[in-house]
Amino acid sequence: MSYFVDENGYYGKFGGAFIPEMLYPNVEELRVNYLKIMESDSFQKEFKSLLKDYVGRPTPLYFAKRLSDKYNTKIYLKREDLCHTGAHKVNNTIGQILMAKRLGKKRIIAETGAGQHGVATATVCALMGMECIVYMGEIDIARQAPNVARMKMLGATVIPALSGSKTLKDATNEAIRDWINNPVDTHYIIGSVVGPHPYPDMVARFQSIISEEIKKQLTEKEGKENPDYVIACVGGGSNAAGAFYHYLAEENVGLIAVEAAGLGIDSGESAATSVLGNEGIIHGSKTLLMQTKDGQITEPYSISAGLDYPGVGPLHAHLSESKRAEFISVTDDEAMKAGIELCEFEGIIPAIESSHALAVFNTKKFKKTDVVVLNLSGRGDKDLNTYINYFKL
Amino acid sequence: MNRINKKLQEDKKLLSIYFTAGFPQLNSTVSIIESLENSGVDMIEIGLPFSDPLADGPTIQESSTKALENGMTTEILFDQLKDIRKNVKIPLIIMGYFNPMMQYGIENFCKKCKEIGIDGLIIPDLPVKEYSENYKVIFEKYDLINIFLITPQTSQERIYFIDKISRGFVYMVSSASVTGSQNTFGTVQKEYFERIAAMNLKTPQIVGFGISNSATFKQATDKTKGAIIGSAFIKHLNQNGIAKINEFVTSIID
Repeated sequence: MSYFVDENGYYGKFGGAFIPEMLYPNVEELRVNYLKIMESDSFQKEFKSLLKDYVGRPTPLYFAKRLSDKYNTKIYLKREDLCHTGAHKVNNTIGQILMAKRLGKKRIIAETGAGQHGVATATVCALMGMECIVYMGEIDIARQAPNVARMKMLGATVIPALSGSKTLKDATNEAIRDWINNPVDTHYIIGSVVGPHPYPDMVARFQSIISEEIKKQLTEKEGKENPDYVIACVGGGSNAAGAFYHYLAEENVGLIAVEAAGLGIDSGESAATSVLGNEGIIHGSKTLLMQTKDGQITEPYSISAGLDYPGVGPLHAHLSESKRAEFISVTDDEAMKAGIELCEFEGIIPAIESSHALAVFNTKKFKKTDVVVLNLSGRGDKDLNTYINYFKL
Repeated sequence: MNRINKKLQEDKKLLSIYFTAGFPQLNSTVSIIESLENSGVDMIEIGLPFSDPLADGPTIQESSTKALENGMTTEILFDQLKDIRKNVKIPLIIMGYFNPMMQYGIENFCKKCKEIGIDGLIIPDLPVKEYSENYKVIFEKYDLINIFLITPQTSQERIYFIDKISRGFVYMVSSASVTGSQNTFGTVQKEYFERIAAMNLKTPQIVGFGISNSATFKQATDKTKGAIIGSAFIKHLNQNGIAKINEFVTSIID
């Protein structure tokens, strides 16, 4: 079975490009050109050079000794939290801004939930001197003020999404509407492995630098490319796609995708799409999504703003259905506890998204000899308020 | 013959009106349809509301949100429409996004449409290729005409292809925009209308997006078979209610 996108833009039965005719020329232009551009020498040279000197790659693969002792297994942390702007998101925005330049685009639009992808997009637009418009739900703007300020400092215009539930999915709708209204000069930088083909594949390829580096680094440290397990959290699924990418075809590597259970799977306040979702169309992609039985998309919940997306990327829907990856859901409480534990054991404050992945050690038992790589997708600075309120610090 | 094809043979410019089912009230559907027909409208697009209507501007988004809050569902809409063909003779088209139809089951959805007397479907996010490869057979089994869109950015080659596979009319999106964003037509649109007219398509074209009054209706239909009004009608409905539908229609086609 293949876990990579096929020539029609599908992962098994998931994916495709369910887009209005108004978007066809834009998406088609990208589809026809993205691989050619990405694989060209000049692109690779510029991309790799920016990842090295601007983002700070390669990010370390760190052996977490005290955490390993505690859980009686070998735990490595892939330190995406050390990327410029604080998370893996920038790997994709660097790639896409270079893509946009080569397609001759002058104006960049993006959606953001918590603001991390918005900041990463505003950053690369400042770097390239391009106009940047970020759509953000009105409710998210109110609860993520520091990231709104960051985007403004970086020169971006932040436009509130006032429609629907006024959060990430509506910000995405607004960005898509902007693209419909500006079909010629604008590139839409989607922040995750979601949206119409070729976005899920393109974003996964940009993020695949994560597993490319893990392979090299693990060879140095363990004398082998493959760990026994790779663990990553999944909202839309971009960090997991990057961490899994070069291991997808290596069936002896266990892939563990961690979703946010919120207050609990059956609480009605959850974002565990693989459990609660079913097949449908969201943002131009056929995938698993949370919806009413009547096909209206519902609003997910998680304490982590980066995980409360009502769908997952089509690659992850396929990994879930085919059982190639094990999907585990972790509640707010379990994640917060795991986050504090990493602070105390390793001196690293993780993003709450990444804390969900860390919580797996409390629910799943690994062997002493297992080599487990956990993708630490982001740092916790942005979540300080949530940590303060939760633990009454 | 499908009612849409029959209507397209009439020697006149056609006015089609879009409204969102369940707005302004859950049970407005039948009275809106009957008033529109009695006012002289040629064709009606019944909007099946969706939580995430990404090709629509604020007016239709808001009406959809309100309709869902009012409790509209696919099941309820079908129930409201079950006796619609006792009185209403003009073509009826359901316009909606693909996900709610998928959840109902495409075959079931089409079957139900046929039973009620729906003549066609407009599904903005069901692309031509997906339709042709996976759904055409089902739609045709129930004699439903699927209406395709073209825009000013659609290539000539693709327009000819869409023309070839179209059975009713081509929905000509007037400009690169979501619904409701224009109030007048400028030179760019006129050139686009002329360019399409010069292509001599076999399928009649009906223009949508940005038609709001008698002037834009005349401009849009100068070189085409008809025009569709959505957002402007919903605004009027919201401000003046169902009783004044006739006034709106008269102001367009007098």
